[in-house]
Amino acid sequence: MSERLTIALAGNPNSGKTTVFNALTGARQHVGNYPGITVERKEGTARSGDADLHVVDLPGTYSLTAYSQEELVARHVLIEEKPDAAINVVNAGVLERNLYLTVQLLEIGVPLVVSLNMMDEAKRQGLSINAKRLAELLGAPVVETVARTGRGVPELAAAAAQLGRERKGELQPLLISYGPDLDQAIADMAAVLDASPAATAGYAPRWLAIKHLEGDAEIIDALRSRDAETAARLEALSAKVADHCHKTLGTYPEAIIADYRYGFIASILKQDVVQLNRIDRVALSDRIDTVLTHALLGPLIMLGVLYGIYQFTFIVGDIPMTWMGDFFEWLGGVAGDALPDGDLKSLIVSGVIDGVGGVLGFVPLIVIIFLIIAFLEDSGYMARIAYMLDRLFRMFGLHGCSVMPFIVSGGIAGGCAVPGVMAARTLRSRRERLATILTAPFMTCGAKLPVFLMLTAIFFPDNEAQAMFIVTLTAWAVALLVAKGLRSTIISGPSTPFVMELPPYRLPTLRGMCIHAWERTWQFIKRATTVVLPISILLWAAMTYPGLPEEEAALYETRREEIRAAFQPAAEAVAEAEEQAAARPVAELEDEAAEALDEALAVVDAEEAMAALKNSAAGRFGVALEGVSSLAGYEWRTNIALAAGFAAKEVFVATLGTAYSLGETDPEESAPLIERLKSDPDWTMAKGVSLILFMMLYAPCFMTVFTIRQESGSWGWAVFSMVFNTGLAFALAVAAFQILR
Amino acid sequence: MNTIGLRRLAVGQRAVIARIQASGELGRRIRDMGLTQGSEIEVVGRAPLQDPVALRVKNFTLTLRNNEADHIQVTPLDPAAS
Repeated sequence: MSERLTIALAGNPNSGKTTVFNALTGARQHVGNYPGITVERKEGTARSGDADLHVVDLPGTYSLTAYSQEELVARHVLIEEKPDAAINVVNAGVLERNLYLTVQLLEIGVPLVVSLNMMDEAKRQGLSINAKRLAELLGAPVVETVARTGRGVPELAAAAAQLGRERKGELQPLLISYGPDLDQAIADMAAVLDASPAATAGYAPRWLAIKHLEGDAEIIDALRSRDAETAARLEALSAKVADHCHKTLGTYPEAIIADYRYGFIASILKQDVVQLNRIDRVALSDRIDTVLTHALLGPLIMLGVLYGIYQFTFIVGDIPMTWMGDFFEWLGGVAGDALPDGDLKSLIVSGVIDGVGGVLGFVPLIVIIFLIIAFLEDSGYMARIAYMLDRLFRMFGLHGCSVMPFIVSGGIAGGCAVPGVMAARTLRSRRERLATILTAPFMTCGAKLPVFLMLTAIFFPDNEAQAMFIVTLTAWAVALLVAKGLRSTIISGPSTPFVMELPPYRLPTLRGMCIHAWERTWQFIKRATTVVLPISILLWAAMTYPGLPEEEAALYETRREEIRAAFQPAAEAVAEAEEQAAARPVAELEDEAAEALDEALAVVDAEEAMAALKNSAAGRFGVALEGVSSLAGYEWRTNIALAAGFAAKEVFVATLGTAYSLGETDPEESAPLIERLKSDPDWTMAKGVSLILFMMLYAPCFMTVFTIRQESGSWGWAVFSMVFNTGLAFALAVAAFQILR
Repeated sequence: MNTIGLRRLAVGQRAVIARIQASGELGRRIRDMGLTQGSEIEVVGRAPLQDPVALRVKNFTLTLRNNEADHIQVTPLDPAAS
């Protein structure tokens, strides 16, 4: 049996860490989530010599403080999971800042190999780096790599494996001087900690002391809960030195610690490590930026790019989506023919096949959206979008990156909130991301579109285009205002600092994009089918059971018998005609008779379907709600259709058709339903406006709710989106109806 | 030497950071990105709505909102010297 080593991969965002991970593991990787939070956990396997490497890709961070979930996760893995070695991917071109994380990793003391990455880019910038000298001064092996081409990656894996073998998990913390004032305090605090094994719980006392001085909330809380007395003594020492720093130097211990770390890095770099051979100040990337973030051209190009993304997603995505739709329709047909009529057939066709088809139907969109996200992020353009739009979106408590989720969800009418909510992954600030996730589903997605088209055709037949435009604008207005409202109430808090890197423009690798998209799509398929299928079956059951009482069903059967009997003479006439070989061809007569019979039977079927729907759980729910819903102008038929819209918004049209005894109505061909509703005195303009508002804002379809759960990390927010959105929708719908009626 | 708020630097102007008066998360993020006392910076651009600002520091570019830049005092460098 070969040995197995765990290797953690740490590094700054934009250091090429993911590219190193892909180069190490190839497609042998797995994406999941850390329990309870939305930070991705990526793992993969690699081989080096006769060692099996289990590689854990930590989130990209600039530091190891307790301010963000990403940094906490990275720190926990390094300290609690005790990897055999860690690889620190460092962007050679921005060595000074990247080493800030390296120093913190060395202070923890994990066996560390530095991957001096993007050496090609650094060379083009005229930098030469003495890797050997750097390794001596850091006390850690340094391997030069160009992860894009794979250069140096096998050597990197070998170095990590060897270090892991040699050190056997032993921590060797790097000791840095933090100046006379802090060094004394650190020593005192470490001594206090040393006396209490309960408080340290296996962590290095000196490291804990430094973190305490940095004001690290997580460490301070943990110490309090482990040993209150020791914690109190530490806090007294910490407060004393903080007070001293403030009075004599006018600064904080945190800032001093950072200054000394940078000082330590500067002293290393000065010792013949980095040489700038020629000055090439205006890099290509800066030249591109003079156009792409130009005051006038920048926003124009960005609008073009966003519009292009939208078109690309939904035009290209539509092709495989149609195939998927056709396939599941065909499958439903085959299953329908093979199975005997009854509940089982209905369950398989309407519950299972429609449910699975519903999930897989989203797959093409998700693949495309993740490819686009990977392209925008890896190329560096996403950061520019955020940079240009920050001022605008900040007014609503959002982030410049919120624009992508909004557009994809249907900010340009016809999107889809499932990939839209997923696109919010590009936001790294928690509060802004949550506000974006919760408001993006207000946009006019492609499933709401046929509903709006039907409603505008009924109520605003002469101004359909204008009405649709107003609908889209209203959706934007509501989304932004609700975001502002949420950020001032339940997700309040200061906006996350916009201290963000603008990475140089780079050409993304196709391989990296494909791995990115595929892993996340697969994760979606696995999770969605397990959650969405049961819900789909549940919805089917609610619309089907308890069905019609036997005597009523018998009534419809009797009516069908009567119709068949009434057509019997006609059939006999046909037979007669055959005998007499009359002038008209027999086939024609037969066809006519059969057609008339089918039509008459269809009327009865549609009436029965309506009665069954009204008697089903969903139907009874709709009838029971009439008392309340009449405030907004809805009777039971509309209620059922709206409830059915939770499965997918376009189902509203089909269900309304059934409720009006027209049989299932194809959302794309709703002309008979439109005619029927136009002539109905109940369907006034007030009801129309009220219904458009409600449809725009009420609970997202359950695929979106599921996605909100995935992306927010809790069912709480998913439930919130259903309850809050429906409440808001109802309030506005009632207001509109009462004013306009 | 005169120090001024970072917000007042023009695009293309260079300066040395004299003092950072930010604590908490903002202070930490500023430090993590390598903006420390004594670092040399250059304003490389402003967003179309004049905010945020893009800076070059330690051989990379980063963005900062105007109200965040207000926590940073800088000493402008003589254009002739650069």
